[in-house]
Amino acid sequence: MTLIFGIPLSVMSGQLLLGLINGAFYALLSLGLAIIFGLLRIINFAHGAQYMLGAFAAVMGLNYLGVNYWMALVLAPLLVGVVGVLIERFLLRRIAGEDHLYGLLLTFGLALILEGSFVKLFGVSGSSYPMPEQLKGGYNLGFMFLPTYRAWVIVAALAVCLVTWFMIERTRLGSYLRAGTENPKLMQAFGINVPLLITLTYGYGAALAAFAGVLAAPIYSVTPTMGANLLIVVFAVVVIGGMGSIMGAIVTGLAMGLIEGLTKVFYPEAANTVVFLVMVLVLLVRPAGLFGKEA
Amino acid sequence: MKVFQHTASAILVSSLIAGAAQAQISDDEIRIGYLADMSGTYRDLSGPGGLEALNMAIEDFGGQVNGKKIVVFSADDLNKPDVGANTVRQWVDERNVDMVTGMVASSVVLAASKVVEQSGKLALISGAAASSLTNEYCSPNHIHWTYDSYALANGTAKSVLAEGGKKWFILTADYAFGHAMEADITKVVEADGGQVVGKVRHPFPSSDFSSYILQAQGSGADVIAFANAGSDTVNSLMTASQFGVAQSGQKLAGMVVFLNDIHAMGLDVTKGLMLTTGWYWDMNDDSRAWAQRYHKRFGKMPGMVPAGIYSATTNYLNAIKATGSDEAQAVRKQMMATPVNDMFAKNGKVRADGRMVHDMYLAQVKTPAESKGEWDLYKIVRTIPGDEAYRPESESKCKLLSKG
Repeated sequence: MTLIFGIPLSVMSGQLLLGLINGAFYALLSLGLAIIFGLLRIINFAHGAQYMLGAFAAVMGLNYLGVNYWMALVLAPLLVGVVGVLIERFLLRRIAGEDHLYGLLLTFGLALILEGSFVKLFGVSGSSYPMPEQLKGGYNLGFMFLPTYRAWVIVAALAVCLVTWFMIERTRLGSYLRAGTENPKLMQAFGINVPLLITLTYGYGAALAAFAGVLAAPIYSVTPTMGANLLIVVFAVVVIGGMGSIMGAIVTGLAMGLIEGLTKVFYPEAANTVVFLVMVLVLLVRPAGLFGKEA
Repeated sequence: MKVFQHTASAILVSSLIAGAAQAQISDDEIRIGYLADMSGTYRDLSGPGGLEALNMAIEDFGGQVNGKKIVVFSADDLNKPDVGANTVRQWVDERNVDMVTGMVASSVVLAASKVVEQSGKLALISGAAASSLTNEYCSPNHIHWTYDSYALANGTAKSVLAEGGKKWFILTADYAFGHAMEADITKVVEADGGQVVGKVRHPFPSSDFSSYILQAQGSGADVIAFANAGSDTVNSLMTASQFGVAQSGQKLAGMVVFLNDIHAMGLDVTKGLMLTTGWYWDMNDDSRAWAQRYHKRFGKMPGMVPAGIYSATTNYLNAIKATGSDEAQAVRKQMMATPVNDMFAKNGKVRADGRMVHDMYLAQVKTPAESKGEWDLYKIVRTIPGDEAYRPESESKCKLLSKG
């Protein structure tokens, strides 16, 4: 049997594949954060709460309205997107142009209120979401048992990431958006409704978080604090990738998943810290992040 | 002059009566503090539900004992030892609280029980797991009521071993409680001819357990034991279910699993899981009757912790009724002398080290087909006699025992 650092190749392949799956989650979540920061310059601390809202929207939709998983995958992000639009229109816009700290505090406050309300309503144990029938079971890959759902997660997350990247970097709408954030006055002079673009961008970022929440619902327990636990890691991913870099967020997300996966084999005690270690190293060498432009 | 004498003797007599009464029930009130996590990870374990159980116990006494009113204060300890200890200090200093109950996170309880001991009050610990509370940290000022980590590890590990699971893989939460649990499990497994073939210590808390489960699957173990708690256990079990651990013939053993966890995960994920519990609502007529009352008020079925709070408080108030005093040592002595017979325990006894020894139950989680309702979750496989479940006095390091 081939050994890599004393670990059989088959075991290693399994762990790498799992790392990639977690990485897909990181990529999806950090993508939403990166868009909101890159285009709106808002440090969105409510991202974790929006992820949690997506998961709870799926659970409530199923329990109260009989909305199935596939519908929830579309409806929950839409719903949370609308909530995001309202937050931007009525709260964030009032502090646009102020110091970043105000946006951070506002979104952090919102996150605490949302989490607190859900603890009050659902308790901290939260609830579970049944695995959709079509995605039950799994494949025996020889070196590991791969649950079908995990394979689906990686496909769905990467597809959404790439579509988003394409929309922002390669389409006319995306170019308006990028130009609008660089020089809003000029764009408005050209007759582009910049405030509307900004509102929709925040809504889209929130919808991405909710999409990740629905994807997570069947495999993790759905609890009010599920987002808060993940948010800090995702922030680190965005910082490593370079604040605001879309491709940076996606690639770094996947890479951090892999690195974390390997840590879980060689030194599991450090699994939660390794991402921050990488962050420190990257900041020392490239302060703008791996894919960030030097200011 | 005669008037003066009368008045003087009246004052003398009344002050004598007041003095005597003070020595019995301080402040003419029985003051109880309820300290628990009301907003964090352990909220569903005890939290507002435990307070409800406490209030039920007090209402069953009509709100008073021997004509003395019972008053309750409650506070959120936020799972922070300093907050818990300061709250208890304040209760004792400013409100002269006689007894503190609830007491959930082990770290908080270790800190708060020290304050209770220094001020000569009494704590009835219902939520905490750490068995060290009646071992190296035992105190004449507390009683550990519902369960402890020793009884849980002992009960579950022994029975899984007896069914033929000899090779164990332990998944441990990387902090004090996890390490203690891991040591308890290892001891039981090796004593009964088993072997720990692998273990992994994961950071606390973690959300993704797939990597650890894969390592456990590849370890060749018969049994995967979870020396973690709360959301870590929930996520480990869910992951194990998705990765087909049960189908491949490996058994799962949850060490600290509560009714609210099973309810949150659902039976699809947890079916077949073996666990040890100090009480289950559907055990007998008494437990069912009490649980239905609780459910009517609170909307959820009680787990063992709220039931333990009710039982501990009831026995405490009975001891005050019998002795006519709320002084900690008088009450504790009376509680040690009285067997616990209620909806929670049959023939339970409070040992000198503060351990309330009562029967524990080995339970298996039902399959969705077996379950007849939302809360019909366990079948009781075996009753573990109290003396077998808890750490024997001969193995205890408690200083109260050596003195006799």
